[in-house]
Amino acid sequence: MTTAGLDVGSRTIKLVLFDNGILSSAVTDSGLKPLERCRRLLHNKSFDKLTVTGYGRDLVAPELSGATISEISAQAVAARFLYPDSAGVIDIGGQDSKVIRLNPGGGVSKFEMNDRCAAGTGKFLEIMARALELSIDEFAQTALDAERSVTLNSLCTVFAESEVVSLINKGEDAHAIALGLHQSVTTRVAGMARRVGVSDRLVFAGGGARNPCLRRLLEERLGLSVTVPEEPQITAALGAAIIAASGKNQGEQ
Amino acid sequence: MTLTANEQMWKEMGIDLESHGQLMNALGPIYGEIYLSQQNRPQGMGFYDFVVGDIHGIRVKELREHSKDGGKVVATYCVFVPEEFCWAAGAIPVSLCAGTQFSVPVAEEVLPRNTCALIKSSYGFKLGRLCPYVQASHLIVGETTCDGKKKMFELLAEQQPVYVMEVPNKRGTAGRALWQQEVRDFKAKIEELTGNEITAENLGEAIKKVNARRREFRRLSVLRSADPAPISGKDALLATQVSMYDDVERQTQMITALNDELEERVKKGEGVAPKGAKRILISGSPMAIPNWKLHHIAESAGAVIVGEESCTGSRFYNELIPEGIGYLEDMLTALADRYLKTNCACFTPNTERLDDIIKMARDLKADGVIHYNLQFCHTYANEAVQVDRALAEAGIPLLRVETDYSDEDAGQLKTRIDAFLEML
Ligand code: SF4
Ligand code: SF4
Repeated sequence: MTTAGLDVGSRTIKLVLFDNGILSSAVTDSGLKPLERCRRLLHNKSFDKLTVTGYGRDLVAPELSGATISEISAQAVAARFLYPDSAGVIDIGGQDSKVIRLNPGGGVSKFEMNDRCAAGTGKFLEIMARALELSIDEFAQTALDAERSVTLNSLCTVFAESEVVSLINKGEDAHAIALGLHQSVTTRVAGMARRVGVSDRLVFAGGGARNPCLRRLLEERLGLSVTVPEEPQITAALGAAIIAASGKNQGEQ
Repeated sequence: MTLTANEQMWKEMGIDLESHGQLMNALGPIYGEIYLSQQNRPQGMGFYDFVVGDIHGIRVKELREHSKDGGKVVATYCVFVPEEFCWAAGAIPVSLCAGTQFSVPVAEEVLPRNTCALIKSSYGFKLGRLCPYVQASHLIVGETTCDGKKKMFELLAEQQPVYVMEVPNKRGTAGRALWQQEVRDFKAKIEELTGNEITAENLGEAIKKVNARRREFRRLSVLRSADPAPISGKDALLATQVSMYDDVERQTQMITALNDELEERVKKGEGVAPKGAKRILISGSPMAIPNWKLHHIAESAGAVIVGEESCTGSRFYNELIPEGIGYLEDMLTALADRYLKTNCACFTPNTERLDDIIKMARDLKADGVIHYNLQFCHTYANEAVQVDRALAEAGIPLLRVETDYSDEDAGQLKTRIDAFLEML
C-alpha cells in the first residue's frame, strides 16, 4: 500500500510518498493559498491513503479526504522509523519549536512547544538574517566562523532585531552578532529540552536542523550528540505517511 | 431611532450603547457556534441557552427591580467573598464575568499590557461602560489574592464604591486570625450597606441555601464521572458560570432538574461523547463567561472535559459550611474557615491543591489533566511546576497551556491539545 503524508507548515509544505520506505518527497513554499499548493503537489500522484499534519492540517485534510495527525505525533513516529533507538526529538520549524520525549514503545511521553511568540523558532533566525542582510545559509556560516559572540539581551524577536541594528551601527562584528543570535535560539530550545527531560539519542528535525551552527550549539549546550536525518525538513510528512499506513490516527476515513 | 426595552434600560444605566451593541452582536454567533452546535445536549441546558440569549436583560431587570425598593446589589470577582452575608441581609450578590477579549483593549489604555486578561477584561467592562451588572451594583468587593487585582481595585475605586477583603498568604494561626477578622468586618460592611442586621437566623438560612446549591454541583460532578459522560464540559462550565451571578434558589432548582435528567442518562448509558472518549480534567485559572475557548478546542478535538479544578468549578462548590450551629459567633468562625479552604494559588504553601487535582482526576477517571494558565498569572504559572511534579509522581499525564482570551494562538493550542490527546 502506498500512503501519502502531507505537512502543511507555516512556511513550506512537504510531501512524502511511502511504502515501507520513502518512495519520493517534495517541498514547496506554502504561499498564500496553501490548499492549491497541496493540490498541485499531489497532482498525478497515486496513493491509497493520505494523512495531513502541520499548522494547516484542519484546513487541508477535509478538502483532500485525508485524516489528520498533530506534528508532534508525526515527528515521534518518523524519528522511531529512521532511528529505532531514538528517545527524543527536537524540531525547530518555521513558526514553532518543539521538544518531544519518546517512551520505550515509541509513543510521546512528554512534549513542549514554544508559546505564541517567535523566539526560538526559524522565524526568529530568518528575521535576524535579514537584519544582517544575509541569506539563511550565509547567516549560519557567518556564525560558525565567529571567534567570539555578543550576548543579545532580548529573546523577543522585535527587541532583538533593533538590538542587532544598533550593534551593526556601533560597528560590531557581524560574525559575533550572528553567533549570539544562534545562541539565543539554542538557549531557548535547550531550556525546553531540559524541562521535557530528554537525555540521549536525540533526533534533530525540522528546517532548523539544516543549520549546522544550531546543531553544534545544541550539542554543546545539552552536552550530548544529536542525529540529523538526511532530509530533516520532511520528517513530519514522513511520520504522517507512516501513520496513514498504520491507520491509527483520528479522523481516519 | 427607537430603542428596545432592553436598550432603554441599558441607556438609563449609563451603558455605552454602541460598543455594548457590538459586544452583544459578537456574542450571539459565538454562542451558536460553540454551544448550539453540540450534539445530544441535555434538555436542562435549555434554561441556560435562554439565559445567555438575554444575558444582559432579564437578570439585570431583576436586579433593578430589587434596587427600586432599596435593595442592594453586591458585585464580586472571587470565590473568597462570602456570598452568604449578602443573601442573609437581603442583598443580591453577583459574580462579575470578565472573560472576553472585547473589553481588553479599552483596559489597556490604562493598565499595563502584561497584566492577566481577567484583570484587564474586568477593568475594561467598567471603563468602557459595557457591563450592566457592574452598573447595577452598589458595591464592588475585591480581594487581595493577587497583586495585579489589588492595584486594579484601587483604580476601579475611582469610579465606583469598592471594598477590599484581605486574604492572607498563609493559612497558619496568624493567617486564620486575620481572615476571621476580615470576614467579620465584611459582615459589618454588608450590614451597613443594607441597613439590615445579620442574625443567626437569616445567616443560617443563607448558609443552607448556598450549601444546597453546592450539594447539587457536587452531585453534578459525580455524574460527570460516568463513562460515557452525560454532559459536555462546556455545558457544565456554563451552568457553573451562570450560577455565580444568578439567584441561588433558582440555580439549585435548575441544577437539580439537570442532575435528575443526567442521572437517567447515566442509567441508560447515554452520553454526549462516545464511550471511551478521552476524558480530561481542567485545572488552573478561572474561566469567566464567555471564556469557553479551551473547553471548545478540546471537545472539538474529540475529548470530553469531565471536571474543572478551578474557581469556576470545584473551588466554587467543594466545601460546605456546617449547618445547625445555633450561635452567630460560631457560625462566623465556621464560615470563615470554609472559605479559607479555597485552594487558590495565592497561598503559600498550597499543597492541598495538588492533592485536590489528583483526587479529582482519579474520581472523575480522567485520562489526563490540562493545566490552564492565564498568561501573566504568575501565581498559577509558578504553581504549575509543582502540579507538573505531583502529577508525574501520581502517573497522571499533564499538559500545561498558557493563553489569554484572544484567538491568535488557537492554532498552536489546537496542535498541543491534539498531540496530548493522541498521546493518552
Ligand atoms: S483564582 Fe484565587 S483570586 Fe481568582 S477567583 Fe479563584 S480564589 Fe479568587
Ligand atoms: S488569574 Fe491570576 S493574575 Fe489574573 S486575577 Fe486571578 S490570580 Fe490574578
